[in-house]
Amino acid sequence: MNALDHVFISVLHKLAALVPASVQPLVSMLLIIAGLMAVFGTCFALTTILERKTLGRMQNRFGPNRVGPFGLFQPLADGVKMLIKEDIVPFSADKVVHFLAPVALTVPIWLAFSVLPFGRNMTAIELDSGILFFFAIGSASELAVFMAGWSSQNKYSLVGAMRAIAQMISYEVPLVLASVPVLIAASSLSLPDIVQAQSGFALGFVPRWNVFTPWGLAGFALFLTAAAAESNRCPFDLPEGESELIAGYLTEYSGFKYALFFLGEYLGLFAVTGLAVTLFLGGWQAPAKWLEWFPSWGWFGLKFSALIFLFIWARATLPRLRLDQLLTFAWKFLVPLALVNLVVAVAWWQSGAWQFASALEVRWLLGAGLLAVSYVWLGRGWNGGKSTLRQYSYAE
Amino acid sequence: MIAAPEFQAPSRGGFADHDLMEVAMGPHHPSTHGVFRMNVVLDGETVVKLTPVFGYLHRNHEKIAEKNSYLASIPYTDRLDYICSMTNNWAYVLSVEKLVGLGVPERAEYIRVLVGELTRLFNHACLAGFLLQDMGALGTPLMYAFREREKILDLFEALSGSRMMCNYMRFGGCRCDLPDGWLEEAGKVVAGFDSFLDEFEALLSENEILRARSQGVGVLPRELAVNAGVTGPGLRASGVNYDIRKVDQYGIYNRFKFRVPLGARGDVFDRYMVRILEMRESLAILRQAVRDIPAGAILDPKAKLRNLRPKPGEAYGRIEAPKGELGFYLISDGGPAPWRYRIRPPSFVNLTVLEDMCLGHTIADVVIILGSVDIVLGEVDR
Amino acid sequence: MLGRGIIRGLIETGRNFCGSYHDPARLTTVQYPEEKLPPQENARTIPFLVYDGADPLAGLRCTACTICEQECPAHCILIVKDTVKKPDYLGKMQFHPKVFDIDIAVCMGCGICAEVCPFDSIKMDRVFELARDRRAMVFHKTDLAKSNEYFREIHPGEAAAVDVARAEEQRKAQAKKAAIPAPAPAAP
Repeated sequence: MNALDHVFISVLHKLAALVPASVQPLVSMLLIIAGLMAVFGTCFALTTILERKTLGRMQNRFGPNRVGPFGLFQPLADGVKMLIKEDIVPFSADKVVHFLAPVALTVPIWLAFSVLPFGRNMTAIELDSGILFFFAIGSASELAVFMAGWSSQNKYSLVGAMRAIAQMISYEVPLVLASVPVLIAASSLSLPDIVQAQSGFALGFVPRWNVFTPWGLAGFALFLTAAAAESNRCPFDLPEGESELIAGYLTEYSGFKYALFFLGEYLGLFAVTGLAVTLFLGGWQAPAKWLEWFPSWGWFGLKFSALIFLFIWARATLPRLRLDQLLTFAWKFLVPLALVNLVVAVAWWQSGAWQFASALEVRWLLGAGLLAVSYVWLGRGWNGGKSTLRQYSYAE
Repeated sequence: MIAAPEFQAPSRGGFADHDLMEVAMGPHHPSTHGVFRMNVVLDGETVVKLTPVFGYLHRNHEKIAEKNSYLASIPYTDRLDYICSMTNNWAYVLSVEKLVGLGVPERAEYIRVLVGELTRLFNHACLAGFLLQDMGALGTPLMYAFREREKILDLFEALSGSRMMCNYMRFGGCRCDLPDGWLEEAGKVVAGFDSFLDEFEALLSENEILRARSQGVGVLPRELAVNAGVTGPGLRASGVNYDIRKVDQYGIYNRFKFRVPLGARGDVFDRYMVRILEMRESLAILRQAVRDIPAGAILDPKAKLRNLRPKPGEAYGRIEAPKGELGFYLISDGGPAPWRYRIRPPSFVNLTVLEDMCLGHTIADVVIILGSVDIVLGEVDR
Repeated sequence: MLGRGIIRGLIETGRNFCGSYHDPARLTTVQYPEEKLPPQENARTIPFLVYDGADPLAGLRCTACTICEQECPAHCILIVKDTVKKPDYLGKMQFHPKVFDIDIAVCMGCGICAEVCPFDSIKMDRVFELARDRRAMVFHKTDLAKSNEYFREIHPGEAAAVDVARAEEQRKAQAKKAAIPAPAPAAP
């Protein structure tokens, strides 16, 4: 068990031991970066093909299955296609900014991976305020969207970029608010500490993951919704909607820069999914004591894949929201619900000291009840009460 | 002598005019249902003026019909509303039968009802799929609708030889009789369609995002709908009880028990729901037709295939096509070809109110409103 | 309650996803060209000319009456009559087509030519893999002529009915010829 769990760390130590001691930190950091890029680059390639195949299966058809066995070499074909495409830069575009925008999108997101704990002792950089770093870096990538829209010197791109930024900024608030209860519960901003705080089992068999508390469940749902909107996934993919007139900030990009934008979008999705797993699903912890033979990074991977499947499932099913509805949803539904969630979380934390017999049930009832009431009440009013179930009459 | 009205070029509302943006959507666009262009003038995101531009698919059908015989026009009618070829054929042969004074045997009438209602089923299913595709549902409902459409297309291929361009109706009846086992297959398809509709509704009709996108959007008021000549599900969604199957009772529709669903608000959601409910009513008609179809001839004994020369006169035959009132106005001068052959296309007339429905909405809504009008460019442009 | 419709939608797509692995009705793709759908008997694409016997050109049923050329809605048939007459299956002397061209790029596949032909000589074929050069899309008599066996193969019901009708006509013609008394010998 332990050997498999530590395989990556052992390999890293063995390779680092080959170089003199003075450059060991630098070399080990470079190896970690290379490893992360390799793993998540492959993850990106796999996700594109698996997403298309899953979407296909949900639509009663095969996905791509001509290139390689089960179509698994499709990302290679797509990559080659993107690389050999002509790189068109508009004549009046601001060339430097136009070039830097895709780079400015992907680099901060690679940085965000450095604070996620992928397994036991497998965090690239153990910061005391890891989560703060994560959110700050995530917001930095939004600047790249604006750079893309501005540099294209195209009225439609600019409007599309501004819409995308409005969306991303609006959804930062519920994203952060949904993760504040977790910080309260763990009393720390450091991500490995948050994972440690979720260790152990309540009642003997229920893991102490944050998702198994009323505020954790609601927070998890809020976090996932806000994460989908941050990564421009359906149902929040207005900026890249194909049936919209304004093709968004991506209009003037072709070839590899376009591929870099998609890489950045998917990597952003991976980063917030990794954070969701860390904050709510107990990170790399196994769900039961007898399952701990499976390596910790394997558990992280499984939970991660389950969430990615959830995103793909939502993409296949749901139509997209219009921009004003999107923003209304964020500000009038998600933010108030996140605030209520915060109150419930603090109440849960404080009432942890209760000692009487059915304390747990009472705490659950109070927390879940308050959340349910506010969910139903807010849910009625979020679209201005315009969405109704209707009855239809018939004429003979 | 009627004086031609003075031509007034539409105001462009260009950039000098307080920051209005004029945009052309189409003819190459993923969601304009064919080669169709809309010149939209935007104030920020709101539509202030919309001019539809069509004619990109004009194929001179009416002029060709003046040179070809009456029989030869039937395959051309297949290609009008190219996804509903059976009902196009039916409207045309109905007009010619009125012109000539032909009757239709009972079995042929039942077959016409069967294929007409099957056409209505898959047209409405496809519309739901296309509308959701425009809303961004990435083709999932569309794939489900097409899965069912394939079964009906297989039925049509077994019956008429071709999946889409059926060329099946003839003056005084149908071209050929039902093959063995066709009725059983049709019965199975109809039986399976009910559960498909349940699944489809589970996927969509309660969906909050669909409701948020489509309720209150693209409202068509009753008076405007009636004055503009809008027909079909769009008219019924605005609350007007007008279904030609009930009004004219052409064919043998008076023998079937079915209801006509009506909407109240006339927005996109109402147009969508009225079509879903109409699909269920079509299933009721189909079950009755499959049960009651008699044996017998399928062509009137007086029917002529070649050298049809109706006496001079005129006739207007119309049916409740899935998209609205499809009518054919024929004027005969005694020759082998009609002197005037005029089609009243439902999609064309329904499009005239597009601007009124779109004013004040955003671009995203324009795409959806156009989708809910249910146009096929083959019919609009002929 | 907000979210109920979304959950129902997710259940629906989830059911289709799981169903696609074991239920053929939930994965209806036919992977052409490795798999092909069985052709329907009635299917029609472009016309072809039927010939009886082994020699395509001698056994052609077509008598160049040009009814199909007149009735074709797309005017894609070109017929040029031959100058000599030959006997048909009933013994009557008929013209034959010298040139019989169909431009399949223009042909609508409507089947009206097959419907109006009085001699059961032009019928609808089922081939659809017809991609070729534009010039090669004008099919001549030799491209169009296919045997009656082929007709029986692709449209068994129709071919059987046509064969029965033709045999009946032939029998009636023979009977009439047998009933006519032999002409009186010329006076020496």
